[in-house]
Amino acid sequence: MSNDIKQSSEAKKLARELLEQGKVSAVIGYAEGTLKGRVQTLIARNPLDAEKFIFNEYCVNNLAVYLTKSYRLLKSDKPVAVFLKPCDIRTVTALIQEHQIKREDIFIIGMSCQGVRNGNGLSGKCRACRMHNPQYSDAVIGEAIEEKEPEVTDPFARVKEIENMSTQERWQFWTKEFDKCIRCYACRQACPLCYCEQCIVDKTQPRWIESSAHPVGNMAWHLIRAFHLAGRCIGCGECDRVCHQNIPLSLLNMKMSKEIFDLYGYRSGVDPEAKPPLTEFKMEDNEEFIR
Amino acid sequence: MNENFEPKIAAFVCTWCTYTGADLAGTSRLKYEPNVRVLRLPCTGRIDFSLVIKAFENGADGVLISGCHPNDCHYNAGNFHARRRFAVFRKLLEFVGIDPNRVQFSWVSAAEGAKWRDVVNEVTDEIRSLGPFTEYQKLIAGSFPFQNEMSEPEVISEKEQVENVK
Repeated sequence: MSNDIKQSSEAKKLARELLEQGKVSAVIGYAEGTLKGRVQTLIARNPLDAEKFIFNEYCVNNLAVYLTKSYRLLKSDKPVAVFLKPCDIRTVTALIQEHQIKREDIFIIGMSCQGVRNGNGLSGKCRACRMHNPQYSDAVIGEAIEEKEPEVTDPFARVKEIENMSTQERWQFWTKEFDKCIRCYACRQACPLCYCEQCIVDKTQPRWIESSAHPVGNMAWHLIRAFHLAGRCIGCGECDRVCHQNIPLSLLNMKMSKEIFDLYGYRSGVDPEAKPPLTEFKMEDNEEFIR
Repeated sequence: MNENFEPKIAAFVCTWCTYTGADLAGTSRLKYEPNVRVLRLPCTGRIDFSLVIKAFENGADGVLISGCHPNDCHYNAGNFHARRRFAVFRKLLEFVGIDPNRVQFSWVSAAEGAKWRDVVNEVTDEIRSLGPFTEYQKLIAGSFPFQNEMSEPEVISEKEQVENVK
């Protein structure tokens, strides 16, 4: 606990300095939430607000989402600073690859992280986490953490379980899950890589995806959402976390990541210079399935 | 399975190769299965998978996607891009429990009228053997076999609600 307090005070100090010295136009960070065990996002524009910043084990959300959807509101001639956990930093890498942001426009405050909680226990993604120390950041808050073998060694265990089901069982599993969907689009809003100004699901002429919570529309929405994130999703697990119907959405994304890695040896959010796999091709790509 | 089942197949083809190939099959008076509905697009690279899903939503039992052979694309690289996307999309379909054989891919050039005939015949046979896409048709009807199993939402009395808040 004392570690949290130390890290919070370091974060406050840095945010205050950055704002006072005019190095950044705003700092995006975490602040105490209205309930115990919850945090909220705080966008500080003046040094006084910086006093409200905290960092603790409840800071589960990925603040990189504010770098696309709200970025236009924050953009100025100065960079924007943002608190990012080591896993969240991959989002910035992916956004740079896709030319959504420039590295020099973002001041990354990397938070060394022991894992965060989602509800009562350690968040699912943290169980398989191998990144505790932030890379690629402009400043690091917190002490270096010794890298250790994670609790869950195979993050794809659940995906493999579903792969081993029969086609019929998989269909049953997913239709049952998708049937719960109420189409609130929280998954889309929380996703830092779902940044289209107009989402295909909102288009009405023609309407590609039935927008009521009908089984046909739900199937189409989840298939298209997963496909649009193929080779892009960095696995922050925000879609899972915000889904109050508890649909295991990140399984679809993980399946896509797994296939992309098997087919093209690509991992999203690792190399800012790499080209996303579905925007390029090789002559010798696999075409066994083509007649 | 219904003995007389005839599948409906939506064929998304590129205008430069496969569409012209299919045209050649027609002008050469080649006979092939009448189950495909040909939809012409500029390039396989243009094929958004929303189209495939839309085809299923409109009652297709299978989808055939066909374009130029590698290195033959009118736009140089459209089919290469498409190939990568097909490879990934097939895996996604498989993962949600759709038989990936319901979506077939081929390269048919403008000179391959006979290949088009063969592809259509083979694909039709394959989809016919898979049977009607009843799973998706049930989705369209909005009915699930397990809908009755779903439990009723828990009713919380006002008194309990007040206590929960306390």
